[in-house]
Amino acid sequence: MSDSTIDKSRRELLLQGGKFVFLTGIAASAWEFVLAGTPELAPSYKSADHWWAMTIDIEKCIGCGGCVRACKAENNVPLEPFYFRTWVERYHVKGEDLEHPQVDTPNGGYDGFPEIYPPEDGAKSFFVPKMCNHCAHSPCVQVCPVGATFEAPDGVVMVDSSYCLGCRYCVQACPYGCRYIHPKTNTVDKCSLCYHRITKGLTTACCETCPTSARTLGDLKNPKDPIHAFIRDHKVQVLKPQMATGSKTYYNGLDGSVR
Amino acid sequence: MEQTILAHVQGFMYPNEMELQWSILIVLYPYLTGLVAGAFILASLERVFNVEAVTPTYRLALLTALAFLLVAPLPLQLHLGHPERSLEMYLTPHTQSAMAMFGFVYLWYLMAVLVLEIWLDYRKDIVLTARNSTGLKQKLYKAMSLGVDNISEESLRIDEKLGRFLTIIGIPSAFLLHGYVGFIFGSIKANPWWSTPLMPIVFLFSAIVSGIALVMLMYMVVSWFTRREISMNCVDTIGRYLLYAFIIDFTLEMLDLIHRMYEADESFQSLDFMVQTKLFTSQVLIQIVFGTLVPIGFLAMPQLLKLSEQARKGIYLLAGSLTLIGIFAMRWNVVIGGQLFSKSFLGYTTYKMGFATREGLLPAIILLVLPFVILWVLVKLLPPWHDESAEA
Amino acid sequence: MSDDDKGLFRNTQHLLRMAGIFAIGILIFVVMRVLFVPAGFGRLGHYRAPAITDNMAKPISYAGRDACGACHGDIVAARAASKHAIIGCEACHGPLAKHAADPRKTKAVKPKAAALCPVCHEINVARPKFIKQVNSAEHSGGDACDSCHQPHTPDVM
Repeated sequence: MSDSTIDKSRRELLLQGGKFVFLTGIAASAWEFVLAGTPELAPSYKSADHWWAMTIDIEKCIGCGGCVRACKAENNVPLEPFYFRTWVERYHVKGEDLEHPQVDTPNGGYDGFPEIYPPEDGAKSFFVPKMCNHCAHSPCVQVCPVGATFEAPDGVVMVDSSYCLGCRYCVQACPYGCRYIHPKTNTVDKCSLCYHRITKGLTTACCETCPTSARTLGDLKNPKDPIHAFIRDHKVQVLKPQMATGSKTYYNGLDGSVR
Repeated sequence: MEQTILAHVQGFMYPNEMELQWSILIVLYPYLTGLVAGAFILASLERVFNVEAVTPTYRLALLTALAFLLVAPLPLQLHLGHPERSLEMYLTPHTQSAMAMFGFVYLWYLMAVLVLEIWLDYRKDIVLTARNSTGLKQKLYKAMSLGVDNISEESLRIDEKLGRFLTIIGIPSAFLLHGYVGFIFGSIKANPWWSTPLMPIVFLFSAIVSGIALVMLMYMVVSWFTRREISMNCVDTIGRYLLYAFIIDFTLEMLDLIHRMYEADESFQSLDFMVQTKLFTSQVLIQIVFGTLVPIGFLAMPQLLKLSEQARKGIYLLAGSLTLIGIFAMRWNVVIGGQLFSKSFLGYTTYKMGFATREGLLPAIILLVLPFVILWVLVKLLPPWHDESAEA
Repeated sequence: MSDDDKGLFRNTQHLLRMAGIFAIGILIFVVMRVLFVPAGFGRLGHYRAPAITDNMAKPISYAGRDACGACHGDIVAARAASKHAIIGCEACHGPLAKHAADPRKTKAVKPKAAALCPVCHEINVARPKFIKQVNSAEHSGGDACDSCHQPHTPDVM
């Protein structure tokens, strides 16, 4: 054989071989994506089909504290005071002073709210449930030094507690105060949007228990989800909109005094 | 513990905020790296800007920087919920996070700047000591010289050139080592006490102030211990640089304060109340009055009046000590102060510092003393002044 | 090697040895990066992709509204026509996933009305007016709520 023929076949071989390796590589990564989107534990759940959000209707919240109790039961949140994945605040606004509301959250609302205000004193009073807002541009995800907290492809901001160092930077970065360090694991913990439930077609524990449907889970990618009507038909707000966190917890009836 | 914190919460706080996240150890970390950066920058004055007067402090400043840098990661390790996972910062650093920079900036500064520069500057003395000693001591110094015995003029000239180059890149490296800590705080939009673009600059200048004060004090104290004469030209020059750095630092901090008071945004009322009550002693009294204004006043005196050597030495000792306390208070006010108020701007909590707990006062004191112990060892290993090392 | 080169080598030998130490350090670092970065890291983003499945694998405590009808269809039907239709069973009876999985092994709890009903129905200034609220002490004179109201069909006295 002449040199040019050897060169040509070598070139062919390299080209074909290269194409094969390249395509296998792509197929392998694609398969990884497929695998990641369809884990064995929830075989019919595809991340790409969902973009989770939450709606909270202040006008419907009766301050029963059921969501706080349910969340603690479902997610093994420590019962000691000041560790909450979700909590309820009570606001009492006198007259026009929106900047100085009286706010309380006795044990996060876990035991309900004993009445401390006189009846009919002309003040405005209401309950505000709080939780992780599962921000689309989350500052907590931004500051994690190792990637132990992240936004999953379906919009849930999650914690990888086997990877978390416990540096507490994300706790500092969250404008809503929704994170805490679990006293037993020394890693950060927060609302996971009951990921273990919503990936199996159930709703979150807080929404499950809410007796007035003040809290409702929403899936923005599902065109039939009631969240679209909620946002369209109400004047909705997110907490601290000036922080531009991309919060996906939409409130109806959020008063200007709410912090 | 929980009940005592609850009992000390004033007003309303989000429930998860009541317990402080970052303790005195996190106050200590920027203090230590600040001293490193400041000491190094003083040392660079001699090397890069040829300020001959501060030459007697050159080696001591480098050793001081090294001693403090070696201790710097310890408060962080003690603070982490899982220190055994800290390797993750090297394995999977999240480049969007300022904190992820820590491992690399630290390693770079420790190895490529500080250790290299010290080694190059001391190499002649190390080789000479190796030649003139026996047994274990000789083995140690031979190892430190990497087994190379050559201290010819040419090799020392090369060392000098490389050392100068290292000092030049060391200056921005020192800025980075401490500046990023300021950015860690300054970039948190959720916390209005921290969130300001001035934060890295304020941190850096207060670091320079603390580092200069430390070297000045160390020089006077070590000289006194080793019965050497203190060069007044040296301490006078350092005192002057300390004054200049202080004036810049104070101006920056006042700029931040005035800006806050003028704009009076949503956080102002809450922060103002906090400074006037919970933070009054540590911020107004210790940091501003006794930690900044008084030392500035003292340091200005030798510039305006003719004072005796004794008087000047006394001033430098006093001003230096007050400065070190004041800069520690500044770190305290930033870190602890930033966690005492609620992000709802409606309440406050208290910092309950333990004593003999993992993040308590005792480990903090130990970690503050440890660098001096290490420095003592370093000074014994690598004496800063030539007439103490064995000559060939 | 010429004399000049030899001289240069001699005079920089210590630097070359130091560079060697640095090179070894970098090599160790690279090896550690390859060995110790956890599986699945970076696949979907800057995190361990298996953490998503970890979060899915937690145990469930609340069975959900659809679980009770299989055995308690009559109660569910009665409630569906009442004012309490909108409430899930577990809002009052607590987490029941264990009970739904093995009813004989784990019994459901019948809550005490006097403790439970005021949680929603006690009069409270912050409560919206659409929910019926009473001062329970005055309203019942000490009697338990369920002595007059059937919790599953509260409209019926």
